[in-house]
Amino acid sequence: MSEATNNTQAIPAATSRLLLRAIDLSKRFPLSSGWWDRNPSFVHAVDGVSFDLMAGETLGIVGESGCGKTTTGRMLVRLAEPTEGQVLFENESGDLEDIAHLKGQPLKDFRRRAQMVFQDPYESMNPRRTIFDTVAEPLQVQKIGDHAERLERVSETLGLVGLTPPSSFLFRFPHELSGGQRQRVAIARALVMNPSFVVADEPTSMLDISIRTGIMQLMGELADRLGISYLYITHDLAVARYMCSRIAVMYLGKIVEMGETEEVLQNPVHPYTKALLSAVPVPDPEATRDPIDIKGSVSVPVDPLPRCRFYDRCPIADNFCRDNDHPPLQDKGSGRLAACYKA
Amino acid sequence: MATVNAQPAVPSSVWRARLRLASRSVRENWGLFVRTRIGLLGLAIIAMYALLAVAHPVLMSTVWEPRIYDPVIGYAFDETKQPAPPSLKHPLGTDPLGRDILSQLMFSARSEFLLGLLAATVTVVIGTSVGAIAAYFGGWVDTILMRLADIMIMMPAISVLIVLSALIGVEHFELALLIGILSGFGATGVVLKSQALSVVVKPYIDAARSAGGGHFHIILVHIVPNLLPLSFLYMMFTVTSAIFSEAVLSFLGLLNVRMSWGLMIHTTESAGYLLQVAEFWWLIFPASLSITLLCSAFYLVGRSLDEVVNPRLRSR
Repeated sequence: MSEATNNTQAIPAATSRLLLRAIDLSKRFPLSSGWWDRNPSFVHAVDGVSFDLMAGETLGIVGESGCGKTTTGRMLVRLAEPTEGQVLFENESGDLEDIAHLKGQPLKDFRRRAQMVFQDPYESMNPRRTIFDTVAEPLQVQKIGDHAERLERVSETLGLVGLTPPSSFLFRFPHELSGGQRQRVAIARALVMNPSFVVADEPTSMLDISIRTGIMQLMGELADRLGISYLYITHDLAVARYMCSRIAVMYLGKIVEMGETEEVLQNPVHPYTKALLSAVPVPDPEATRDPIDIKGSVSVPVDPLPRCRFYDRCPIADNFCRDNDHPPLQDKGSGRLAACYKA
Repeated sequence: MATVNAQPAVPSSVWRARLRLASRSVRENWGLFVRTRIGLLGLAIIAMYALLAVAHPVLMSTVWEPRIYDPVIGYAFDETKQPAPPSLKHPLGTDPLGRDILSQLMFSARSEFLLGLLAATVTVVIGTSVGAIAAYFGGWVDTILMRLADIMIMMPAISVLIVLSALIGVEHFELALLIGILSGFGATGVVLKSQALSVVVKPYIDAARSAGGGHFHIILVHIVPNLLPLSFLYMMFTVTSAIFSEAVLSFLGLLNVRMSWGLMIHTTESAGYLLQVAEFWWLIFPASLSITLLCSAFYLVGRSLDEVVNPRLRSR
């Protein structure tokens, strides 16, 4: 950990090393698991998602609930196994390795390098275990260090996430801590093994507004100091803007637009991104803007028809969008990718 | 970063801290337990019977002459007519075969305790494992265990025990195992599984998986500890049902045991005194009251534990 701190500034800017590449990642959940059902329906939770993540970079995934952003994150840390597709991930020797279907010891080794911070700090810790037990658990199951070393490493990590002095937190139970403190513990648990990649699944959405920025600042600082890459899942565009250098907008299991955060938010191309942005409240009662008219609400992608996923709600769709399969992600200029025939 | 950790950590202090936490939680839970009152009452009754059980061998080797006071083969030579009513020498009288009832009562208490606790332990070990495994793995493991549970629940326990004792001759130890298995794979397993289902979906299970924890680690470290409060509760209820089943079976004369509270009533019944309670009350009341009291005592403790582990039931 100390090496990473020494070359603090060097990491994010200097390297453009590929850390993770998702290729046509899909996850389908069968709706009926009956023994006699020969042709069950599938929920296409994530459907052919591809993206790259550089070392030290933070990629945001934004979208409504149910659009598949959490499932994407869970597949990348292998809490879910992809139905199709590949996840290439840098291994210890610096080569890219497909982790999509790892098992046994290779999977366990991979888990040292990829961790997750969960949304709900109240449920993500076993109420019967102390903070020390919780944060030391990864070290324990991975058999890293002996008891004294673990204690030292846990204290160090607790200090790193701003729980100081660590000794006053080690032997407390989660219910004795506030939401913000718990989320710091959850971050400490994710970082205790020095992972290179962390999936953050809306880590601030359950927290009080007043402590959100603190947690976001902490995560940003840690990324810079330790050279961690985040996949930052959120439905809050303001959070995405604060945290992420690039964002991907998801709709019904597909990435509909992806690019530099500022570019996407200032100048959206896809009609869905435009609609999302128009739904952000403006803290000014006088402010007016053109409402984007989208119909209905987000549906469940059960055996979707071979047409644009956004067709039913799109204000600019025509027959071409209905008769052709979902549009591919295409470069719409200046490195911006969008999946729309009309944009 | 090394400066963050000011004092070097001493592992022994970890264990001291854990011990302190454990004793604090015991103290807190004891406080809650005491506040329910009925739990204390139950504990008092249990303690009384435990004392009786412990006192029996002591009395037998000191004050009581085995020839007269042995619970099975003794005979009250000092009484002219059997069954004899309570007297100074025989505080609860003698049974139709001339044996001292107090001695029988105290002798049986020990085996009732052993039976109840063994049955309860077997139940809880099996029930917790079944519940945790079925809920965690789901799928066909769950299907098999739950269909097995259905079979166990459908089985009329008493009738099964009657058939079994007729076939193989059941003693206390076998009875305890049988009750434990029936209840552990049956109702208790199902209840604990339903509790485990609410544990396996918690994000901390995912966190443990993403840390690299195996199935065994997750079940043992995360699921089972969260089931234990409920397990203990069902342990108490199993003690009750074990003592009761034992009484029923011995009363029917189906258990191959030397002496028990049920057998005492059985003796009374086969000698034809069962329907003359008013006249020969000492033949019926000591044994039946003991069965009732000890069963209710464990039930009361169970109810009280229920309030400790289930905050919604607490009246503030």
